[in-house]
Amino acid sequence: MVTIKEMPREEYIECGHAACAGCGATIGIRHALKALGKDTILVVPACCTSVIQGLYPLNALHLPVLNVAFMTAGASASGVAAGLRYLGKDKEITVMAWAGDGGTYDIGIQALSGAAERKTNFIYTCYNNQAYGNTGLQRSGATPFGAYTTTTPTGKREFPKPMGRIMAEHDIPYVAVICASYPRLVFDTYRKARDIVGTRYIEMLTPCPTGWRFPGSKSIEMGRLAVETGAWIMWEKQGEDWRFLDRSKLIAEGKVARRPLMDYLKPQGQFYTLLRDPAMIEQFERWVDREWDVMKRRVGC
Amino acid sequence: MPKTISVTGNLAAAYAAKTANPAVIAAYPITPQTEIVEKMADFVESGELKAEYVRVESEHSAMAACIGASALGLRTFTATSSHGLALMHEMLHWAGRARLPVVMPVVNRALGPPWNIWVDHTDSMATRDTGWIQFYAANNQEVYDTVLELFRLCEDPEVVLPGMVCLDAFILSHTSTAIVVYDHDEISGFLPAYQPGHWKLDPDDPMANGNIAGPEYYYELSYAIHEGFEAARKLIPIIEQDFYKRFGRRHGGFINAYRCNDAEVILLAMGTMGEEAQLAVEHLRDQGVAAGSARLRVFRPFPVKEVQALAAKAKAFVVVDRSLSYGHAGAAATEIRSALYRGTHHIPVLGFVAGLGGRDVRYTDMITMIQAGFKAADKGEAGADQFYGLKR
Repeated sequence: MVTIKEMPREEYIECGHAACAGCGATIGIRHALKALGKDTILVVPACCTSVIQGLYPLNALHLPVLNVAFMTAGASASGVAAGLRYLGKDKEITVMAWAGDGGTYDIGIQALSGAAERKTNFIYTCYNNQAYGNTGLQRSGATPFGAYTTTTPTGKREFPKPMGRIMAEHDIPYVAVICASYPRLVFDTYRKARDIVGTRYIEMLTPCPTGWRFPGSKSIEMGRLAVETGAWIMWEKQGEDWRFLDRSKLIAEGKVARRPLMDYLKPQGQFYTLLRDPAMIEQFERWVDREWDVMKRRVGC
Repeated sequence: MPKTISVTGNLAAAYAAKTANPAVIAAYPITPQTEIVEKMADFVESGELKAEYVRVESEHSAMAACIGASALGLRTFTATSSHGLALMHEMLHWAGRARLPVVMPVVNRALGPPWNIWVDHTDSMATRDTGWIQFYAANNQEVYDTVLELFRLCEDPEVVLPGMVCLDAFILSHTSTAIVVYDHDEISGFLPAYQPGHWKLDPDDPMANGNIAGPEYYYELSYAIHEGFEAARKLIPIIEQDFYKRFGRRHGGFINAYRCNDAEVILLAMGTMGEEAQLAVEHLRDQGVAAGSARLRVFRPFPVKEVQALAAKAKAFVVVDRSLSYGHAGAAATEIRSALYRGTHHIPVLGFVAGLGGRDVRYTDMITMIQAGFKAADKGEAGADQFYGLKR
């Protein structure tokens, strides 16, 4: 695994961006772009990064950026990828769609699925802060069970859909589910993805201090708690080969135990209604167990 | 060598696109446009056209993919109709506002419910504020020629806007006539390669398009689009003249006027109805009636001065719209009244809504409408818009 010292010093997102303090998505894009490098075109639908990149006529991203409509990340990137193929530049330039969970799980799933089915040569990132963050925290298909959002004020009643597995079932060459709190893993994942041809789907849990209601100084910690408690499982699928990644691998192999789920739920304001209801907490725990069972069957351990 | 072939309006559009040599096509099928995207696929898969073809999963994605490709500075083509155009609506704004010169034939078709696949202009009229140049064709050769002219116009550095060529469902889209077509080499003097001068996606010169611009910038960016339309207004006659010089055909600029010079009543219509109107005028002229017809070819930019000039000698206008803005009137009638009110010659404008959902509008119907126009001219007022042929 890459060391922090070995990562390129070039920054493709400048200080002066407009993200909230402690934004997990911004930590995530910083390390992702270090791995992808200069020859990258970004396609950004409506999401927090629409704001984070800063106000016209300036832009904090030092790459060509095509901002596109909410549901079109997969389709717009398809057009860029087709154009690069026409120009014979599809091997030297990476196209990356960078979309939030609303733009991926909900409004953008059709365009993404179509792009994957057409074997579009691009990286699609879903940076997942588990709600519509840019509009002030509304429920998405990625919002956790029991979580407070402005449209689920008493807590969400449903569990998120397994978007990583849905994309894996598209038989694309690479799928990774990771977390921005592991920058070295983020870097390695994007470096690996950059050199694969075809549709590559990377989903990155990006803790959101504003939405999840925890101090901005705790973003890295919160993502790590999600992984250490098993509430977020990190894995990849390359070809037919499913693998757990990093801390999740240690948990799967029984080398470390999952921390109690409460360690992750308690420090966040978003679970305040859930935490009052032991039956809901138990339901959440059962869902986490089931997710591990499903993933262990996929990985074959 | 130019070739004469017998093709439908749809195929005329496809042959024109092939002649223009686009780099990327992204399209989704919808009746009655399907033949266009099928033929483009034939061209690409047979190797006759070297282009990337993205077979997207919706019209919304079709325009999104065109936007992505056009943002690389590449010539880009799609085609749609009716519900497809409606689904695309958000992305029409996006292409217009991002200043991307995508060219798209729109086969005018009614919207549901109830399902109806026949001609109606409501689909494209609903997109008039999206920043797209709009032409309406009346025959297959005009479809072919206008696609080529539109690429030239839209890609002009003073314009850089997307454009649509509208053609009537079935009446044009599925009716074969003889047209003259060219190889790309034969038109490359008229239509040089697209050179984006403003911006494109390029890692060696990274720029962003579309990030948030607040109230202090948005207005000027919108006005710049308006300026693009004003530049198009100046260029349309110039480009048509150049086309005429090279290929010997022209279709009337903004307005194709027929026997209007001494006409007391002029019938204005769009698309094939505009051509049908010439028959009505011929019959009336045979009876000594001073009628004329004028076919609006360009709806955006709207030909305000040309409409005013047309009114200068006439006593009344009859406007036939194959669309209806519910609660008001037909789109062309509304715009023509607006243009006249800004001028000095305020003649009565009698509006007819006719032919919705593909109902036939014949020259005999137009004779009746023109006769009503003469009554309006005598009275000096047009009265309320009329729903021609409505069964109640």
